[in-house]
Parts: sequence; C-alpha cells; structure tokens
Amino acid sequence: MVASGETGLPVAAGVGLKPEHFEQVIGKAPALGFVEIHAENYLVAGGPMHHYLERVCARYPLSVHGVGLSIGGEEPLDRGHLQALRGLLDRYQPAVFSEHLAWSSHGGIFFNDLLPLPYTRRTLERLCEHIEQVQDALGRRILLENPSTYVEFSGSSYSEAEFIGELVKRSGCGLLLDVNNAYISCINHGRDLDEFIAALPLHAVGEIHLAGFHRDRDSLGAPLLIDSHGSAVDRAVWQAYESVLERTGPLSTLIEWDNDIPPFETLCAEAARAQGYLSACAVREA
Amino acid sequence: MRGGGAGAGLSERLRGAGGLTVEERWAVALLDPEAPTPPDLTSWNGSDPGQRFAVYRNNVVVSLVESLAQTFPVTCELVGEEFFRAMGREFVRARPPRSTLLARYGEGFAEFVDGFPPAASVPYLADMARLEMHCLAALHAADADPAAPQVLEAALREPECLPALRLRLHPSLRCLRSEFAVFSLWDAHRGELEISQVNPLAAECGWILRSGLEVRLLPMCAGDCDFVEALARGNSFGEAAEAAAGDREFDLGRCLATLLRWGMVTSVNGIK
Repeated sequence: MVASGETGLPVAAGVGLKPEHFEQVIGKAPALGFVEIHAENYLVAGGPMHHYLERVCARYPLSVHGVGLSIGGEEPLDRGHLQALRGLLDRYQPAVFSEHLAWSSHGGIFFNDLLPLPYTRRTLERLCEHIEQVQDALGRRILLENPSTYVEFSGSSYSEAEFIGELVKRSGCGLLLDVNNAYISCINHGRDLDEFIAALPLHAVGEIHLAGFHRDRDSLGAPLLIDSHGSAVDRAVWQAYESVLERTGPLSTLIEWDNDIPPFETLCAEAARAQGYLSACAVREA
Repeated sequence: MRGGGAGAGLSERLRGAGGLTVEERWAVALLDPEAPTPPDLTSWNGSDPGQRFAVYRNNVVVSLVESLAQTFPVTCELVGEEFFRAMGREFVRARPPRSTLLARYGEGFAEFVDGFPPAASVPYLADMARLEMHCLAALHAADADPAAPQVLEAALREPECLPALRLRLHPSLRCLRSEFAVFSLWDAHRGELEISQVNPLAAECGWILRSGLEVRLLPMCAGDCDFVEALARGNSFGEAAEAAAGDREFDLGRCLATLLRWGMVTSVNGIK
C-alpha cells in the first residue's frame, strides 16, 4: 500500500468502525486499509469504547471524523470541544482528521444533524476563520467534507463547487470528497454531477466517502434523496466513484454505514468492492 | 469563548432584514413544528422548500429520539415503542441536547417522565429511566484498577485501624433507591427473571457498576447504598459503616465482600 501524499492514510478501502463490530474487527482481523471513527463517540472517560479502540488501532491505521464542531456555524467555535478533540488525537495519533462543511449547534443547542449554510462571501470568511482556528488548535491540517443538502439559499452568491474551491485555496484545508453527498446534492438540486465534480479542487482530495441513501420525492414528485447511511452504496454512486478515480487516481476510500447496521461481512464486502475499483485504477495508472 | 467585541460584530453583520440570522431562524424552526419555514430557501425546480426543510426537522428530532431509545431500552419496552417515541419527541423539543456528546444526552429525561401526565399510569417508569441513565454513566466512566490484594490484606491484619481507613471506589459505581422494583423489572426485561415473579410495587435499592467492560446491576439493601455514598463523600470506613447502621439489613462483611468481588475498591489509604 502506498501512503497518500495528502494524509498518510493508506490508499485503500476502509470501514466506519461500529461498536457492533468491535469483536469481529479484533477477532477476525479482516483485510481493511483503515478504520474511521466518529470523534464524539469516543469523548468519554473510559470503558469499552477506549478498550476496543486501543486494540483496533494496534492493527489498523485510523481516521477520525468529527461530527460536532459546527465549523460552518455563526457562533464562535466551542473551545472545550476543540480541546477534547485535541486530547483524542494526541492519544490515538490518527493519520487524518476530518470535519464537515455544515453547522450543527446554535444558541447552546446541539441539533445532531449537519445543517446547510448559504454560500456567500461572509460565510466563506467565517469558515476560513474557523478552519484556521481548528487547524491551530489541533496542530494539523484537516479535511473538510462536502455536504448533502435538501434546500438551497436564495442568498448564495457562489456555487457549491466554487465555494469549496475558495475554501480550500484560502484556508489550506484538504477536501474529503463524499461521492454519495455529491450525488445526492446533484440530484436534489438538478445539477450535473460530472460538471460538479470537475469544478471541485480535486488536487486537494485526501479521502473519499461512500454510503447509501434512501429515495423520497419533493412536492412536485421529483426525486429527493436522503443521506441516510443506512444501506448499501447505490449503483449510481459506484459509477460516480469510478469516474472520480479516473480523474484523481486511487485515494483512501471509506464505506460509511451508520444506521440499520449490517452484518460485518456485508460491510467488508462493500469495502472489498471499493478496493476492487482502487486496484483497477492503480493498474490503469501503472 | 471569544471576547464579546469581535463576536458581536460578526453576528451583527450576519443579521438579515428581519433582524434574525439564518441560524437563529433555523434553530427555532427545527424544534417547533408550528414555526414557519425559514425564509430565503429555494429549490431548483420550484418545489416547496418547506417540504424540503421538513427533512431537516425530521432528521433532528428522529435522530435524537433514536439516541434516547438506545439509552433507555427497557424504559421503551415498558411503554412500547410508539408511546416512547411520542414521549421522546416531546422531551427532545423541550430539552434538546446542550452538548455534542450524545453519550450524555438523557440527563433530565427521568424528571421529564415524572412530570409527563400520559406516563402516570406506569409509576415506575421514571425510576427505570434513572436506572438506565446510571447504566450509561457507568458504561463510560473512567477506568480504574482494583486495589492489589496485598493492600487489602495489610488493612485487614490490623482490625483496630479499620475505622480510620479511607477507601476509594471505582468511578463507575453508583446507587439507586426506588419505591419500585426497578432492578427486578430490568432483569425481567433482559430475560433473566420471570416477569410474573416481579411485584413492581416492592421497593428496591441497588448498585450500578461496570466490572471489566460490562455494566452490572446489583440489588442491595439501603444500608449498602448509605455505605457507598458515605465513602464517595470522603468519609472514613468507620463513618461509612455508621451511616449504614440504621438499616437492620446492612451487613458490613457482605457489603465489603461484594465491593471486593466486583473490583470496586481501587485504593486504601491510612494503613500504618
């Protein structure tokens, strides 16, 4: 395995680590490139979460994915939360830390969802300021994940791809390209996926996420895809993934499955499929 | 927190014509189903932004109710999924999480259940929620090794010194006193006890602790809880025994043996 120039995470397929699978990951030691955890689930004092994570980390490279920093939020970042994250990163020394282009807290309330923001000069400046603070506090460059969204703001003055491009350029952060999110947002907002992907700063991609969605409809009957992380990766997302790899070359790729968690073998089979695309891509490049 | 000056200036600049920021409008509308959809939302095809916004409203409430259902599985079983989720939605809207760490979400749920009139017909429901919140806290409490056997043996060799000893207990250990048989009900719902053998109206006390990686629930007597709580307050062994003496059922030897058996004594100070 070759280490990615961007992150130090192996260029291979990994899975999101779930407590339901702790014993199997340790007992069966499957061939996985890395595992990823949600940081906030491990900000506890002791007990099984740390017990198992220590053992998993002894075997696999680790990626830590934050879901609670509210980097896109209007309010100042939560210093205490940043400090707790720093403690977690110091303890486990993951190859990469990523967060979201979204907000999740306001007025002291945590909404437990990744909420969208208008793409304006003001929000761009605010995000860059926050990313800089996060990178300073954590002592490392972070990756920021493109969102899946269901609405757009009439006040936006940038397209999503332009906004992400500016963010990466100004803040120096990397991009976590969630291909499922890209697909969902393109369907939900009538955008062309190829054009969207081509307009992103692909040179800055340090990791890819793949996941499942579920299908709903908007008030006019047009498809509205919901980012549920509760099923297998859709065929259209695998296709999009393959075409991304053609542009970027092989990249560390994560299978996310956070709800209706499947048997561990199912999750590993999804990772093996991603590994197949990565290997085919590496062969083509050679 | 950042100093008031710069932060206030930023939020001032973000205010729109109505005086509220995007997030302020969203924060209200996400938790209040009666609140209007935030303005300035669009869709590519002219479909109703309100229906699209409802996806977020739903995600927020459903995901938090799901988090409660995971923390309070037996509480949920006692009233059924539908009732629990309806009650959970009310709680989420009244007491949304103040922390990003959902491992803590659920504090205050038992008190909410206590004051939730539709749940009044299940008088032990709130105490079951208290018990399950203790389980969550015990699960994630800090690790600590039991005191070495030699330390304890040294302490027991000089019985006259026992009263002055200070015992430190495992961080996971906590007590619950209930007017209801919540420990037995919990066992019954985990399939470890026949439900027909449980009289829910019998008062029970007990300990909740983590031994190794597993949370254990031990029905104990009130004196055992008095003893543990006295030690946790920093009282000496003798003072704790005195605090427990009011309970005729209390047996100091049995209490101590149970603490040691589950590795709950993590240090002993004051040995000469």
